[in-house]
Amino acid sequence: MSVTSIRERMSGNEAVAEAIRQVNPDVMPAFPITPSTEIPQMVSSFIAGGKIDTEFIPVESEHSAMSAAIGSEAAGARTMTATSSAGLALMWEELLLAASNRLPIVLTLVNRTLSGPININCDHSDGMGARDTGWIQIYAENNQEAYDNYIQAFPIAEDKRVHLPVMICQDGFITSHAVENILLLPDEQVKEFVGTYEPEEYLLQPGKPIAVGPYSISAYAMEAKKAQAVAMENAREVIKEVADRFAQMSGRQYGFFESYRLEDAEYVMLIMGSAAGTAKQAVDELRESGVKAGVLKLRVFRPFPEKEIAEALKNAKAVAIMDRVESYNGNCGPLGSEVTAGLFRNKVFIDTVCYTYGLAGRDFTTDNVKEIFGELQGLVCEGKQVPHNRYIGLRTREEQ
Amino acid sequence: MRTDVKKINEQTPYEDLTEGLIMFAGATAKKFNTGEWRTNTPVFDQEKCRQCLLCAPVCPDGCIPVKDDKRLDFDYDHCKGCGICYKNCPFGAIEMVEGVEPPADRRTEA
Ligand code: SF4
Ligand code: SF4
Repeated sequence: MSVTSIRERMSGNEAVAEAIRQVNPDVMPAFPITPSTEIPQMVSSFIAGGKIDTEFIPVESEHSAMSAAIGSEAAGARTMTATSSAGLALMWEELLLAASNRLPIVLTLVNRTLSGPININCDHSDGMGARDTGWIQIYAENNQEAYDNYIQAFPIAEDKRVHLPVMICQDGFITSHAVENILLLPDEQVKEFVGTYEPEEYLLQPGKPIAVGPYSISAYAMEAKKAQAVAMENAREVIKEVADRFAQMSGRQYGFFESYRLEDAEYVMLIMGSAAGTAKQAVDELRESGVKAGVLKLRVFRPFPEKEIAEALKNAKAVAIMDRVESYNGNCGPLGSEVTAGLFRNKVFIDTVCYTYGLAGRDFTTDNVKEIFGELQGLVCEGKQVPHNRYIGLRTREEQ
Repeated sequence: MRTDVKKINEQTPYEDLTEGLIMFAGATAKKFNTGEWRTNTPVFDQEKCRQCLLCAPVCPDGCIPVKDDKRLDFDYDHCKGCGICYKNCPFGAIEMVEGVEPPADRRTEA
């Protein structure tokens, strides 16, 4: 297929709203919350302007938004919603139900910190908090990836081998509100790629009664959870297949992660979201001064590609694992925990240093990245220890 | 995907359960006698009843059968004894008595 693209410039929120317009989902229950408010707002104006015929349900809370999404998806309608931060937290119990009822809902998450202190800026505490709810989670670096990931979400979620909800994440304000260039796909191509939604089993099917989400006694619940875990494992191959099909249409190839100057890298930064752009910029500069630096930008966090990460890092000397969330576990963030466990299990015994950065919108700069690579080099070459789970860009008495 | 759920039991391996434990059958709740949970029991007095039918639609468990525009006696297999029907009857035709069994002498045969 020859690649056709439309050059545009738009924010991450606009990019996702544009993808929603092209997909034209059946139902969108949503409640506004900063910084994702623009998404339901723009979808509402598409509906008002007759551009799409999505049924918009203005609910009274995010708890209701996800409940309505579950009901609507179970009824047989392709359903999506959008939220951020406390909105995602309020959806909590329903997130787990959406997954356990095996409903392919798509949620576009604009990452914002969870209170407190109350703050509206970006970090990953909302998405990371929902990491064990059974949702597939895909993170974007920029508006282009948010758009591309969104289009891929439906074929992944609705695949028979998967039937799980998908969360498409982008960084609040940094990506959601920054206007950047973007290549859009023609409407017909997106529609064809996503296809019409034809669920096999759904509630509004006369003569074929079903009950969704029944009470399960202990004799069945554990088996049901195992089956759900298998679906998450199946998602690995489906995510790859969908990415390949997407590459044919768009010319943009995605994987579980992006390997940036990784082939011969001795020092690697493993990072997720918009800050990966900063890391790449710094790596380019470091490479010019002869440092063999690289970036592993994680795209798919759930299912977690531990084997592939271990394989990609096995020849490195040291890796900085960057968490944009504080886990309050006295150890380190979720990426730190899961990447180190994955490396260990796959017998890749390289140096790892966990860092916390960018909490509640704290800037993360190329200088920060270079400082971290300097610490990795100091660790490997001179045996200089780096404190575990150091905060980047933190004011301390010592520094002042 | 569509499975005969009657063939599923506590020995069924996880691979053979339905996706998300979907039940491929309707009205399965009928098979579960929630009436056993009752600690108070509504008793219907046919004499006082004016057949206004305000009680039947408010029962959360559908335990007041209606036939030919007339309510019949309670479905005690499923009535949980919540008393909503009693509160809603404007004519005092429903009385709540203690215990799970309706007193034999008060019971009106449907
Ligand atoms: S509400 Fe009372 S009077 Fe009316 S039908 Fe029911 S029992 Fe009879
Ligand atoms: S007591 Fe409650 S459950 Fe029983 S018939 Fe009345 S309303 Fe229904």
